[in-house]
Amino acid sequence: MIPYLGRRVIQSLLILLGVSLITFALLYLLPADPVRQIAGRSATPQTVENIRRQLGLDQPFVVQYWHYLMSLLSGDLGRSYIQRSEVTELIVSRLPASLLLMVGAILCELLIGLTMGLIAAVKRGTTTDQTLMVASFVGVSAPQFVVGLLLLYVFAVRLGWFPIGGYGSWRHLVLPSLTMGILGAGWYARMMRSSMIDVLRQDYVRTARAKGLARGAILFRHALPNAILPVIAMVGIDIGIFMGGIVVVESVFGWPGIGQLAWQAIQRVDIPIIMGVTLVSAFAIVLGNLLADIVAPFIDPRIKLR
Amino acid sequence: MSAGVTSRPTGAATPVGSPAGRSVLEIAGLCVSVRGEDGEREVVSDLSLTLKRGETLCIAGESGSGKSMTALAIMQLLPQPAARISSGMIQLGEIDLATLNERQMQRIRGDRIAMIFQEPMTSLNPVLSIGRQLTESIEAHTNLSSAEARRRAIEALTAVRISEAESRLKQFPHELSGGMRQRVMIAMALALKPDVLIADEPTTALDVTVQGEVLELLRDLQREHGTSVILITHDMGVVAEMADRVIVMRHGRMVEEGKVADIFARPQADYTRELLAAVPRIGAGVGRRKSAEAERPGSVAVLNDLHVHFDLRGGFFGQVNRRVHAVEGVSFSIAPHETLALVGESGCGKSTTAKALAGLVPYQGDIVIGGRNLAGLGRDERKAVRRDVQMIFQDPYASLDPRMRVGDLVAEPLLIHGIASKQERRERVATLFERVGLSADQMELYPHEFSGGQRQRICIARALALRPKLIIADESVSALDVSVQARVLDLLKELQREFGIAYLFISHDMAVVENISDRVAVMYLGQIVEMGTRDQVFSNPRHPYTKRLIEAVPVPDPAKRRPRFARLDQEIPSSARKIGETPSKLVLQDLGNGHLVAVS
Repeated sequence: MIPYLGRRVIQSLLILLGVSLITFALLYLLPADPVRQIAGRSATPQTVENIRRQLGLDQPFVVQYWHYLMSLLSGDLGRSYIQRSEVTELIVSRLPASLLLMVGAILCELLIGLTMGLIAAVKRGTTTDQTLMVASFVGVSAPQFVVGLLLLYVFAVRLGWFPIGGYGSWRHLVLPSLTMGILGAGWYARMMRSSMIDVLRQDYVRTARAKGLARGAILFRHALPNAILPVIAMVGIDIGIFMGGIVVVESVFGWPGIGQLAWQAIQRVDIPIIMGVTLVSAFAIVLGNLLADIVAPFIDPRIKLR
Repeated sequence: MSAGVTSRPTGAATPVGSPAGRSVLEIAGLCVSVRGEDGEREVVSDLSLTLKRGETLCIAGESGSGKSMTALAIMQLLPQPAARISSGMIQLGEIDLATLNERQMQRIRGDRIAMIFQEPMTSLNPVLSIGRQLTESIEAHTNLSSAEARRRAIEALTAVRISEAESRLKQFPHELSGGMRQRVMIAMALALKPDVLIADEPTTALDVTVQGEVLELLRDLQREHGTSVILITHDMGVVAEMADRVIVMRHGRMVEEGKVADIFARPQADYTRELLAAVPRIGAGVGRRKSAEAERPGSVAVLNDLHVHFDLRGGFFGQVNRRVHAVEGVSFSIAPHETLALVGESGCGKSTTAKALAGLVPYQGDIVIGGRNLAGLGRDERKAVRRDVQMIFQDPYASLDPRMRVGDLVAEPLLIHGIASKQERRERVATLFERVGLSADQMELYPHEFSGGQRQRICIARALALRPKLIIADESVSALDVSVQARVLDLLKELQREFGIAYLFISHDMAVVENISDRVAVMYLGQIVEMGTRDQVFSNPRHPYTKRLIEAVPVPDPAKRRPRFARLDQEIPSSARKIGETPSKLVLQDLGNGHLVAVS
């Protein structure tokens, strides 16, 4: 276990290094000039040059990246060009909101997706099964901003059950979590269904029936743990997909997380913030995958971490 | 069954406390039908039988005879929703099982009728511990506390002679061998002392020596508990070994019923006679001409000190830290017209040797085919030499691409090696089809339209397409029914006479080996422990492992039931070793006339 973790941590650091290099290079090659954004339209060429030198943007790419990497290793993500404050502070102040949204979304997708998949598998071939699968297909294919606006219209504007937007209570959390979760729920429903159908055909399920176990015990004790394994691995990958979705959903619901921060930063070519948010997202994805791998042996004793 | 009765919840059905000799289970006019694409089809028709207390009733038959369906019907475990009991009754004591609903049936299953299945590798849940799987059925049928259920589980494991039962409870199925898993299944089935135990091909997937142990265990436990057993099997040797009475089934109908001695000595139905005639028997290998010794101009293939290793990775950087010594210094040669059988139990390296010979795994040592050492050849030359070695695999269902026409499948080797024009290929394939007993107009069909035996014929035709000098048959008849098996073996012998092909025949079935081979090599843990002509090995086995292997084969004659099969309470060790640790090499000693035996 310890050597395994050691190896995985080293791998993760290498991945983060790669992500930082690629993102930095892409931003460097971007035609938009961050200095023009900072200086404003009426600035003289002299001012522009001064700012450029001040920020170190006149240096060659390798030197710029080296400086960035060095301060990164000392835990410094740099200063925002526009907001004039530390990127670390900005991200830390917004991270809890995003994490809360992510947890809500994962709960939604697992709860909805796994339940739907389970029911569909047990009722395989019936109208219930077909209805659930059509629903999951809609979930998979609907764009998030459409789902978000639809939920807002029905549950906030029409019914008034939940606030239209903002942050603060659990009521604020429901609609954004649902919006984020519905896409994943569709995937999970389909995966869970096929995985469960496969498991229900296995010899050990027949053995369990031959022992005279009740339906519930067969389904939840014998079938479910086997069927859920591939789904667990998916949750790790999902965190990456969430990072994309979070930008859209936070904008629709006015949710003060890092997605909004990133959105604003992209519009104004605020490179330090874009870099910071990208690295934090990459870190979350790496961590999510690592967690999924660590959980797996607890469900399936055949898996050994080496 | 006293303990089982007292602990049974009062809501359960009344136990049949009847004297010995009375029937425990009675089936009358049972019909089972399966709904398919073209309507409903009866797979069991009008079956009636009685099972007496303490007796073993064998239901024998080939695939598709409806024997497994009968078992599943008794348990009400027929595949839903396609199969159903269409008529008849299944009387357990006073209860007709066919009329019970699922909830009532749950109380019967596992408690009064228990079942064990063919595949011990997949019949236990991989994510639950052995202890959990044992106690849950005890807890489902009794109101014992979990501590008591645990104690009962330990008792059950001890009863099936699993050592250190208490620590086994914490283990998971993947940590046990196939034989051990089947014992766990038996422990699970007998823990509640059921009236009836249904065993569906319980030893078919096991090695022959393990099969001997498991059969004996079943017999002992039955004697102790007085359980009635329905044993379903295709293996007439097992029937002779185990049965009190026998029912022979074919196409869903009972063909014959009688005492085991009568069935074997005086079979009434034609089908029973055919079935018994087709069973390969040790000692019946009809006087084959004294092999090809005289006409041995040169060997087709020579293996010299063959080693095959597989690396296992582990450690911090995933480096190689252990190595499986699958084949460890194997040497033999095969002459034209000769059949060399390679026998041994699973994991002994016989298939790996074959794969190395066919060029499917990397190896060390020398493989000489047709006088040319493969090691010194370039890619193209090697391809040309390999043309002379073809393979037929075990599973005729999995070794034919389901999306290709069988004619194209047989033509493919010709295509790969760029032989013949399109028209010539067609003609050659047509000839091959006729040669293996199929007709040329079947070339346009797809593999699923053929039976298992026909598919194996197609595989043989494919192997013949390149006119090889050596065919490797890796368990090629093991998956076939005995009657089909006998015909395929005949075909192989015919082809050998006609084309002078040499066979490397790999099998775990000693009776089949005795029937087809000229020479036999016995493998154990990657090395050959004994090698000689068929007569030398079978009439005068010298190595203890060979003796054990031959002894373990159930003889299809109830008059020759073995006394007791010596139990070996240890598992065959693993051939995985730490790096640097090499297994000690066995030295083969010639006892005269080429009869080689390992001396330690």
